[in-house]
This record gives sequence, structure tokens and C-alpha cells, in this order.
Amino acid sequence: MSNMNMVESVNSALDTMLSNDEDVIIFGEDVGYFGGVFRTSDGLQEKFGKHRVFDSPLSEGGIAATAFGMGINGLRPVVEIQFADYIFPAYDQIVNEMAKVRHRSGGEFWCPVTIRTPAGGGIRGGHHHSQSPEAQFTHTPGLKVVYCSTPYNAKGLLISAIEDNDPVIFLEPKRCYRGPFYGDPHNVPTWSGHPEAEVPESHYSIPLGEARLALEGDDCTVIAWGTMVHVCEQAIKDSGISCDLIDLQTLVPWDREAIEKSISKTGRCVIVHEAPKTSGFGAEMVASIQERCFWSLESPIERVTGWDTPFPHTTEWDYMPGPDRIAAAIAKTQED
Amino acid sequence: MAGDSSDIPLHIPDAPHRPGDESEFADWPWKPEDLEMLEIDCSAEESSEHAIGLVRVLGDDNKASGKWNPELPTEDLKKGLEHMLRLRIFDDRMMKMQRTGKLSFYMRSFGEEAVAIAQTMALETQDWLFPTYRQPGAQFVRGRDMVSMICHCIGNEEDNVKGRQMPVHYTYKEGRFISVSSPVGTQFSQAVGVALASRYKELDEVTITWIGDGASAEGDYHYALNFAAIFKAPVILNIVNNQWAISTHSNFASGLQNFAIRGIPYGIPSIRVDGNDFLALFSVTRWARQRAARGLGPTHIEVLTYRAGAHSSSDDPSRYRPRDENEYWPGGDPIDRLKDHLISIGEWTEKDHDKLSEKLDNEVMAAYKEAVKFGDLANGPYPSSDAIFTEVYETPPWHLMEQWDEMKKWRED
Repeated sequence: MSNMNMVESVNSALDTMLSNDEDVIIFGEDVGYFGGVFRTSDGLQEKFGKHRVFDSPLSEGGIAATAFGMGINGLRPVVEIQFADYIFPAYDQIVNEMAKVRHRSGGEFWCPVTIRTPAGGGIRGGHHHSQSPEAQFTHTPGLKVVYCSTPYNAKGLLISAIEDNDPVIFLEPKRCYRGPFYGDPHNVPTWSGHPEAEVPESHYSIPLGEARLALEGDDCTVIAWGTMVHVCEQAIKDSGISCDLIDLQTLVPWDREAIEKSISKTGRCVIVHEAPKTSGFGAEMVASIQERCFWSLESPIERVTGWDTPFPHTTEWDYMPGPDRIAAAIAKTQED
Repeated sequence: MAGDSSDIPLHIPDAPHRPGDESEFADWPWKPEDLEMLEIDCSAEESSEHAIGLVRVLGDDNKASGKWNPELPTEDLKKGLEHMLRLRIFDDRMMKMQRTGKLSFYMRSFGEEAVAIAQTMALETQDWLFPTYRQPGAQFVRGRDMVSMICHCIGNEEDNVKGRQMPVHYTYKEGRFISVSSPVGTQFSQAVGVALASRYKELDEVTITWIGDGASAEGDYHYALNFAAIFKAPVILNIVNNQWAISTHSNFASGLQNFAIRGIPYGIPSIRVDGNDFLALFSVTRWARQRAARGLGPTHIEVLTYRAGAHSSSDDPSRYRPRDENEYWPGGDPIDRLKDHLISIGEWTEKDHDKLSEKLDNEVMAAYKEAVKFGDLANGPYPSSDAIFTEVYETPPWHLMEQWDEMKKWRED
């Protein structure tokens, strides 16, 4: 065990998989010699060689297509799209090709590719370094979608994603690379001393499809992923209301059972995501929860999300859900 | 006044000839003697003449000559002729069946039979083929059972892709023929990845892929050339310029009249070859394979041909091009040309040809009769609708299992 921030734990996951499996190969923009703009592949080229970890042209479509070809020919590529906002040139290759090749080929070819991409806001990135496009991928059969939130789950989930034989979109909340973010941009701690930053140096995995109970309580179920998990933790403290905080971790397939169990106890629910509200993954969850938990619900389900607008630059704290909005939503669920 | 562009209209290109126009093509200035063999380790620039010109082996008289003559044994030529004729007869039969409702859709390779067949014959059996829907003929070279191909096309219980894809979207892993996808061009950039994986594993495998002139306007074409050049991928990148992408003429795909030379600024040796000349295609492809296998990287090839038939069973080309345009194509017909060549060297006769046609006709009919025993699109039985839910993921997650159960309740058994 050692204390790692999320950059280090992602690096440790990649290091572990490069060591364990010769078929793992890493490439993307700036990931080789330089070690990635967020440093997540720092030192890996030097350790494993240029043929295992290398730079690619600035071509997200080409990165995805090349990974596809390598994947169907026996390798297990892990590629980086430098910012999730830049994944769209690769969208056709991901949605029409990677996601469908096992099915369309009658199981003759499959594509065990992991696409890692830093996502989400809170770094003053404006609308093209801040988006959280998970719902663009949860709507595509054949893909798995993972969103980590802590150094510990980043490594365990990333190892599971790489070992998975289906294509996985792996979103990393860049705001949390170097510390948890509780919604106050003027007071950002590091991961140092945080229990979720105690990370084994060796191989371990967290199964895809299982949620994490981050806080346990009685009166409301708060569901979030990525950076919002930590913002929700703050909001729950501020609200003074006893809540289950569920870190979803995997969006496809999501852990409906954990959520049903919690709501059958609390009877109330708030869903929080950074991404815009309309057709956000929260909408899918609300629909499923009312199908399954209607008779357990004591109040309407609340959603706290980004607005249905482009993500702003200087005014991002008025865009991203903060502890105040979330606490108010939790309080609202307690009204009779 | 100089610089005043106020009266210049917006330029929109058009096809040279439309319905009602006389069909015509300029005579080809290129002869088999024009071009030397290229050094195997030539640079992109050194291939310029070969990109601007046209590699031919069969002359206007269909005799073989020139430095690119592959000097193939007669048996190989006969095998090539047989596969091309097999494909043409197969296509004609399937098209008839499409018209009677036994298939939802079909696409012929008419006029382009030489492309996949000559090129696949020039490769080794361990090489990967990453085709479009216009290279099904490669499967005959790789020994695929025709019954299995028909079962796919008519979507019956034995369809190896389980009723999930439209006809002609073959998958044949045993023959290293990678799954055909409808979005045009995606395979071109993926093929570079396939080739790089082979190189990473240090295997003697080359990947060949094809793209149409129309699809070369997609980003994937450019991704492929760039990645292949940068990483020296053992890949053969063919752009099949058959003049037409449905109704879109090739002059909507490039501002140049020549596709081959587009490889040169990417740093890839590039050659244009007569796509209806079996011998030239074979020769150029064998050369490209040698380059790839020696670690010299990719080759970019423009295969100059003409789509003699409709794009698909849903298309009627007489609406957008002269009805008889294919008959004026300077490259002629690939089957006629190889046949004439074999006759000219005394290795084939009209009688042999008729006998072969009859044999292949019987073969296709027998395969068709065998295939329909497992059902057809008009009458079923179809693959089980359980195949909607299988192989979406390696293991179906809970939400698919639930929806699968729901579907089972509602489907007609």
C-alpha cells in the first residue's frame, strides 16, 4: 500500500497491466516520451519500451481505428483521448465499429480496447476541456462505460476495463487527479491522507457493474459519479441529513440492485451529474427507479445536473452542481 | 479588372456524361512497356511515374509484356479465370434470387472481379484481408464454401452472422477475411491497426485493404495513409477507383483526376494499376507484399476500373449515367481479357470456356439448392431471434437479460 493521487494510481494500473500482459499496448497523443499531458503514463515508455508505449498523430479517429485493428488481431490496446471533448472524431469508430464488431461478425472478431479519457469540469477549461460525455456512450449497445472517482477505484476499475474482452470507455475526472474536490475552488485539498488514496502497488480489480457505497445513511439516497461524488459528500455534510451516497463507478452496466436496496431503505433519491440534464444518464436512472421502486418512494426523485448549455469558462462555478444546490435538493426530498 | 471575382459562379463539378449523352472515354496513352519495375525499397517520390502512369501487363491485344509481367504459370491464370467467372455467375444467380424476394438486397462485383481475386492470389494464406462489400471474391481464393456464403446472403438458419447483417456483409475468419461493415472507409484505417499488431507480434503477416474512390473522401482514408506511413505498417492500401459511388462521380471525391499520387505526399510509394488486368494486379500486389514483409512499410495502389453494374440491387444507374457507359471503358472486361490472353497463348479455347461456364453454373445452382434447405428470407426459417441479444457483449449484462426475457414473451414462436 502507498498513498497515491489519481494520476499515480492510473499510472500504477497501466504499469501493472503492461507487466502482466504482453498484449497490452498503450498509445495516444503525448503519452509516450512525455508521459501524457496529465502525466498518467509518465515513465512507462522508458520502462517498457517504445513498442509498448508510444505517441500517436493528433488524430482521434485514427487512434480509435488503429486500436480497433490491433484489438481484433489479438492485442489489448489502451488508448488515451487527451480530453473527452475531443473524442468525437472517433465517434464512428467507437459506436459503429468497436461496439458492434463482435455482434456483426457472429462472434468471430471482438475488440478488447480500453479508451481512457479525462473528463469533466472544474479546471477552468471552457467548453472544450470540461465536458462529461458519458451519456453519448451509455446509449450505445456493445460499450461499457466506467467513471472513476478516487485513486483506489481508478486503479481497480482500470485493470478490470483492460482485462475485459469488450470495448470500455473509461472516464477519469480530471478535477480529481491530484485531490478530491468538495465544491470549493478556493480550498482544494490533495489526496494525501485520504483513505481512498491508499492504493496497493500490485494487481487488484474492482468488478465492472458494481457501485460503491461511499457514505451510509438512512433518509436519502444520493447517486453520483466522478467529481460529483466528492461534491455530494460535502453537500450531505452541509445538509445535516443522513444519506446513502452511492458512487455508481460503472454506468453500463449499472448496479441497479445497490440502488434499489438503498431506496427501499431511504424512500428518497437525488441524482447528480455534471453533464447536461436533457437525456443525461440521470434521466435513465430516474425512469428505471420509478419502474422498480415506485411504492418505496416517499417523494419525487430530484436531479441536480449541469445546465443544457455549453460549459462556460470564467463562470464554471455557476454551471457545475455545487454543494448548495445539491443540499437543497436533498432537503427538498425530505418535505412531506 | 484583375482580382474582380464578382461574376465567377460557384463551381460545382459534374460527371462528364449523363443519361442521353454519348458514352466516351479518352483512349489510354499507357502501354505495358512504359514502366520499369520499381526498386523494392524505393521512396515515395521515386514512385511518381508509376503513380501518374498506369501499370499494365496485358496490352490492347491482351498479350502479356513489359517489366511488370509476373510470368505466372498457366495453371494460376486458369485458376484466376475460374474464380472470376465463378464470382460473375454467382452474382448473377444471387441477383435473380434477390428479384424473387429470396434476398433483401444484393451487390455485384460486375466488372471488378479481377480486383480481389488477383490481389488475394498474390498474397500468402496467413495475410489478412480487410475488404469492402465489393471484394467478396477473395473468399473463393481462400476456399470458402459457397453454400455458407449463400446462407449468409439469404439470412437463413446457417447464416454465420446469425441474421444480423445485410447480405454481402461477409465474415470468414478461417480465411482471414475480416467482417465487412456498411459505413464506408472504416476498414481502411482499421487495417493499419491489424497490420501493426502483426508487426508487434513479429509475424510474417501482411494486411491488405480496399476503399472506393467515393469513400476516399472520408477521414478514415487519410488516417490510414498517415498512420501507415508514420509507423511503417505492413499494409497494402488499395483505392479502387471504379468511377462511381452510387451516383456520385469520382470527381466529387478529389480535385485530381488521379488518386494514386495522393499517397506520395504522405510518404508512401504509390502505383496506379489497370484494375481489369489480372496480371498487372497480381504483379503490383506481389511487389507490395514483398515491401511490407521486408519492413519497408505500406504501398498505396490506385486500382483503375469501372463499376460496370449498379451499386446495389436498390440502384438504377441509367438514372445518372449513360446506360451503355461500361461498354466504352478503355480497360474492357477483366474476364474477357484474361480469357483472350489464355486463348492467345494457346492455353484456352472458346469450348473450354463454355465448358467452364457450364460447370460453374451447375456448381452455383447446386450450392443454392443446398443452401435453401436451411431456409431463405422469403420463407424462413431464420436464425433464432435470441441472436439479437447474444454477442452484444461477451456475456450479456443484466439489462440485456431482462429485455431478452421480455422479447421471448412477445415473439412468435
